[in-house]
Amino acid sequence: MYSNKVQDFGTPARPAAKSVALQIDGQPVTVPAGTSVLRAAALAGVNIPKLCATDSLEAFGSCRLCLVEVEGRRGFPASCTTHCEPGMKVRTQSRKLADLRRGVMELYISDHPLDCLTCPANGNCELQDMAGVTGLREVRYGYAGENHLAAPKDESNPYFTFDPTKCIVCSRCVRACDEIQGTFALTVQGRGFGSTIAAGPTNFLDSECVSCGACVQACPTSTLMEKSIVDQGQPDHAVDTTCAYCGVGCAFRAEMKGSEVVRMVPHKDGKANHGHSCIKGRFAWGYATHPDRVNTPMIRSKITDPWREVSWDEAIAYAASEIKRIQARYGKDSVGGITSSRCTNEETYLVQKLVRAGFGNNNVDTCARVCHSPTGYGLKTTLGESAGTQDFDSVEHTDCMIVIGANPTDGHPVFASRMKQRLRAGATLIVIDPRRIDLVRTPHVAADFHLPLKPGTNVAVLNAMAHVIVTEGLAREGYVRERCEVDQYEKWKTFIASPKNSPEALEAECGVPAASLRGAARLFAKAGNGAIYYGLGVTEHSQGSTTVMAIANLAMVTGNIGRPGVGVNPLRGQNNVQGSCDMGSFPHELPGYRHVGDAGVRELFATTWGVPIQDEPGLRIPNMFDAAIDGSFKGLYVQGEDIAQSDPDTKHVQKALESLECLIVQDIFLCETAKYAHVLLPGSSFLEKDGTFTNAERRISRVRKVMPPLAGMADWEVTVALSRALGYPMHYDHPSQVMDEIALLTPTFTGVSYDKIDRLGSIQWPCNDAAPDGTPVMHEQEFVRGKGRFVVTEYVATPERTTRKFPLILTTGRILSQYNVGAQTRRTENKVWHDADVLEIHPHDAEQRGITHGEMVSLQSRKGETTLRAVVTERMQPGVVYTTFHHPESGVNVVTTENSDWATNCPEYKVTAVQVVAHAKKSEWQRGFDSFASQQEGLLPKTAVRGDVR
Amino acid sequence: MTKRPEPRPPAPAGSGADTDPSRAAIDAAIDAAIAENRDLRGATLPILHAIQDRLGYVPPAALDRIAKALNLSRADVHGVLTFYHDFRTSPPGRHVLKLCRAEACQAMGCERVERHLAERHGAAMHGTTSDGRLTVEPVYCLGNCALSPSLLLDGRVHGRVTPERLDALLAGLAAEERA
Repeated sequence: MYSNKVQDFGTPARPAAKSVALQIDGQPVTVPAGTSVLRAAALAGVNIPKLCATDSLEAFGSCRLCLVEVEGRRGFPASCTTHCEPGMKVRTQSRKLADLRRGVMELYISDHPLDCLTCPANGNCELQDMAGVTGLREVRYGYAGENHLAAPKDESNPYFTFDPTKCIVCSRCVRACDEIQGTFALTVQGRGFGSTIAAGPTNFLDSECVSCGACVQACPTSTLMEKSIVDQGQPDHAVDTTCAYCGVGCAFRAEMKGSEVVRMVPHKDGKANHGHSCIKGRFAWGYATHPDRVNTPMIRSKITDPWREVSWDEAIAYAASEIKRIQARYGKDSVGGITSSRCTNEETYLVQKLVRAGFGNNNVDTCARVCHSPTGYGLKTTLGESAGTQDFDSVEHTDCMIVIGANPTDGHPVFASRMKQRLRAGATLIVIDPRRIDLVRTPHVAADFHLPLKPGTNVAVLNAMAHVIVTEGLAREGYVRERCEVDQYEKWKTFIASPKNSPEALEAECGVPAASLRGAARLFAKAGNGAIYYGLGVTEHSQGSTTVMAIANLAMVTGNIGRPGVGVNPLRGQNNVQGSCDMGSFPHELPGYRHVGDAGVRELFATTWGVPIQDEPGLRIPNMFDAAIDGSFKGLYVQGEDIAQSDPDTKHVQKALESLECLIVQDIFLCETAKYAHVLLPGSSFLEKDGTFTNAERRISRVRKVMPPLAGMADWEVTVALSRALGYPMHYDHPSQVMDEIALLTPTFTGVSYDKIDRLGSIQWPCNDAAPDGTPVMHEQEFVRGKGRFVVTEYVATPERTTRKFPLILTTGRILSQYNVGAQTRRTENKVWHDADVLEIHPHDAEQRGITHGEMVSLQSRKGETTLRAVVTERMQPGVVYTTFHHPESGVNVVTTENSDWATNCPEYKVTAVQVVAHAKKSEWQRGFDSFASQQEGLLPKTAVRGDVR
Repeated sequence: MTKRPEPRPPAPAGSGADTDPSRAAIDAAIDAAIAENRDLRGATLPILHAIQDRLGYVPPAALDRIAKALNLSRADVHGVLTFYHDFRTSPPGRHVLKLCRAEACQAMGCERVERHLAERHGAAMHGTTSDGRLTVEPVYCLGNCALSPSLLLDGRVHGRVTPERLDALLAGLAAEERA
């Protein structure tokens, strides 16, 4: 539960235009119509006792503690289920009410262990509070009767315990699982006195539970309790911060004991998550203090040399001297840097500034290159801004949603819960995905259409849908003519209406029946508010940018941009992908997506930074690898990104890294990339520094330091020190000063400051004179670029084709319990759910190859091969296999190819022609990986970190 | 490997698990019960009844199949199943006797019948005889109060039950089984 210092209003807010005036204990109170008496009283400072009510859940009326008297009415209605009515006179305290409440408490306590002093909830327990408030002094029934005190604890979940002896069966957990999370994993089993809470017929771990923590949050006793609190006790203070996992950017309270985190609790006021969380943010934070953390800087001159632990000063001086040496010998452009989507905006800004001003070139790129770079390009071209158009709350007004190339229940679980809430309330759903993802059919939610396309044919499917809309007269011509470039629209319309784009012409290519394509197109076009949500299944293709533009076309032609409930919504992968892109991490753009070729923009930065800015774009990540191999690129500074694991065509990446003369890696762990490094600078986790993250809805939220950096320096301080050693001193005492500089130089950030973020909680950019409090929904009056631009999106099949040798298509993705390269989540108990990457394969393909469920199989492409465990599942379509990339030894990217998006070089992770062969041992690459890993481990100082968990 | 509920993979050839004829028959009965009732509004209860009618109980395998068919969670179905005393989750004896324990029957001596069942026939309430012949369960009112005490034997109501009449009824069952 929340710390009892956080006020709970008992029932959810009811936003209503009409208000109602009433009296509570003689006090006049005015509340929005539909507000419960319980909430109205709480708003007026009158706290009515309650147990089954909490303001995150609808009223239930079961505990009978919140009874009140209403003048002129008989009986004692429950204030949680009673709506305020005009002129109502409510009495919350009377002799009779006190007797009733005490009587109820007496019954609860007659079947409750009296071990408060040794109970983990001691000091923060609603049952204990209510016993105090109701003045319970004795239990007349005694304790000898039938009870539940011998019920066994369920400790199967690694993060929380379920102790039924403490349970009062208020159903808050069951309702939280249903209403908030939407998993329906809990129930009340049995009836009457025998009623108990159960995770279905099994224990929690084997149940449908996804460990989001909503039930633990809702529990008013210690029945559902974090194991960290059981072990460490209740916190002594809390600090508001932002989760460092996915792009949802949930607001959290870090509950602390001194500088030790004891619990992460989702923040009720968080505008991205409204008090909800997922397994990663809520529970998987133990990596931050894992023994594998790198806490001492290390250097070596060759990657076959042993590491030498050195002082920060020596490490920084060595790194700077190497950069200078390389630049002197090979030229200014022979070095570069990579910013991290996991670090803060301020840190990312500083790294690109270091490269542009300190190194004197534009060789800076970021991991968004391999995920959402097509989003930046595609949305900038069509709409005028490289970002999603909506806030998350917008989904509450959506009538029909398209989810394409995204798996929100695994990748963006907190937002997926919001989507499911809206879908249960009646919105329709179209899922475009090669796999039968959970959203296609999950308890109480089912897609109206699932278009299981062949990987690589997104553009064909979107073109076919647009064709139906245009040719069947479903286009919003009025909207388009007013808001978009008409000549471009006419050009596009002619293109899209041509018979080659009809569903019938494209069904064979994309594998989706024409009738489904037509049905889905009509459903979307006719819905009032249509919203499109997409992920990396859109961008990581040879036509990634084309697909993004096809999505924008579809949104514009149906009039679905510029108000709540609609829009184009990229679901960003990492916590700060949006921010790292905003901060000028791309080689061609300065902060705010302004091209380095623009002399005016260059002038602005040159004046402020005091150095000239190169006018030509620098190297993208794949160009850096190629240049390293051909010998023109020799030094690289990588902050918080594991390119050796996450980038495609691993063997090529490894060769590039081996070719560098100086690789400086700044990371919290000895990651795969660090094994090729010459300088290892310890990084700091999100708990150890101040800064901001920007989530998928452009929301800038504060990250706050709750403990000192384990290695003594925050990431931003390291970049500043490196810059100083290079002869380009930067003068910042605090990250807020970096944000002030960003605001000064970036028109979309003009109004942003730490003071304002603290005041508003968070800010969605653009935030400037035109929008002083930020912009939840973009393009409201007009598009950022003026008129929306339709772009002709010709479908071009990927060059990656299946052949007799490689007859299957591999597509990749991720899973709920693991995050990205897994460096964090693999170092938590999340490995209970997923301790190895597996290959999902359809029963038909498995049978043809003699593959049985659970056996090791070889996955081979023209690039390489690796060995994984097979999972035979009908989730896959025949001809397509799927795996994740969370474990380095899986070597999934040994198999992926060099193909990439035509506009942005975003790798085509989602389509690789492969063969799968039964009965496999470790591949040659995996054996090499093992021996390299153990060699590198042997080069570590004895006292220092251990290598990657194996 | 993932612990999230995955669709069950087809059984490997010859693994026995799904080729077990009784297991296959049970699954077939469950699927038939689902198919007949799934389009009803609020289909969970009719499906559970139909399964129990066919098999005498609701096997654990039914939960996943019902949940999947109706797009519910397994916990949803578990909650309904455990709420009603009438549903059994393990197979009963070959015959089921439901003895009425409601007011009228108690007043007319059903407890005597209950004792007799336990002492003479080894069939305690909620239990099954050691030979698997008879399961005894309580029931609360069969609507046959005028003829109390009543019982339901294999779906047939019998009124004015005495220990002697009970012996005769059970002897009849034994004779039937021998035949």
